[in-house]
Amino acid sequence: MNGTMPVDLLALFGHFLLLSLLSIGGAITVAPDMHRVMVNQMGLLTDAQFNASIAIAQASPGPNVLFVAVMGYQAAGLAGAAATLFGIMLPSTTLALAAARWGHARRDWRAVQAFKAGMAPIVIGLLFATGWILSAQTSGWHHVPLTVAAALLVWRTRVHLLLLVAAGAVIGAMGWI
Amino acid sequence: MTDDPRLLAQPSSSKELFVAFTLLALQGFGGVLAVAQRVLCEQKRWLTREQFVEILAVAQVLPGPNVCNVALMVGDRFFGWRGAFAALAGMMALPLVIVLMLTALYVQYATNPAVSGALRGMGAVAAGMIAGTGLKLVAALRSNPMPAPVCGAFLVLTFVAVALLRWPLVWVILALGLVACAYAWVRLRPETATPGQP
Repeated sequence: MNGTMPVDLLALFGHFLLLSLLSIGGAITVAPDMHRVMVNQMGLLTDAQFNASIAIAQASPGPNVLFVAVMGYQAAGLAGAAATLFGIMLPSTTLALAAARWGHARRDWRAVQAFKAGMAPIVIGLLFATGWILSAQTSGWHHVPLTVAAALLVWRTRVHLLLLVAAGAVIGAMGWI
Repeated sequence: MTDDPRLLAQPSSSKELFVAFTLLALQGFGGVLAVAQRVLCEQKRWLTREQFVEILAVAQVLPGPNVCNVALMVGDRFFGWRGAFAALAGMMALPLVIVLMLTALYVQYATNPAVSGALRGMGAVAAGMIAGTGLKLVAALRSNPMPAPVCGAFLVLTFVAVALLRWPLVWVILALGLVACAYAWVRLRPETATPGQP
């Protein structure tokens, strides 16, 4: 890399293109490699900036993958955000579209139906696993009743989801969990 | 909520998709999946729970953010690539602006105890919402060709492997997925697949 160029956006973009194809389960699954490249190798972010990127995206509305844009933004402004976000989205999006069309055109095939039927319980198991892992990120157990209450309310009632999030924010801000 | 595909509604245009996915994304703190399930299956009635689980299955198996893959596939189903782009753009455009503005704010308030407490509370609720969505979607397994105890076993094994043992997702999906799909393939033998038909 030459020293006159502050950030090698092309290298960043290229690396995120590659990570996109490995990000089964979401972009967060390849976060360790983003850390390796952006913090250790290219020196674009500090550890604190890296962790804050994930926290900010989780607290912000919208898909969590936006943490990738926050990292790019902290590293190199809007151009950096564009490089990382387009990089992480382009390959997976193209693949998802092609696969969905392939499967939909062959939805009567026994193999396609077997895929849908076989994967259904696994997909639902993954939702419970995600809830568990998110909950375990917070240390201690004071937040667990809140998590369980939110799960039961989502399951059994039609309470507005924003109301639940707001209640969580208030309870947390009061220092009760 | 409906489980009967004949009772479903349809979006009228790509623009409606864009607006619906924008509103949906703006309600999703700490993850959009819970909101997506509620809006798409219960409020808009564009998908049955079974269809949602099917789309989610493809979205989970492929690389890329799950909810973005879901948006893409739902949009594509109604209006082809225009719909796919509209849904994905709706999901990402406005939230991207908001998250970049929050990044600027966060730097100043990160150490405030009330702010970090609120973030912790929102995180706890987000974890509960995704688990609650799982509880709701269990009902979609009723129409599965695999018997209920087998579905339950695959569900529990997936949870144990990913949440408790923390095995890499790729291998869990590959190993359990292959076994489950092979078993479902056997269960879908032509004579058992359509019992009510001549």
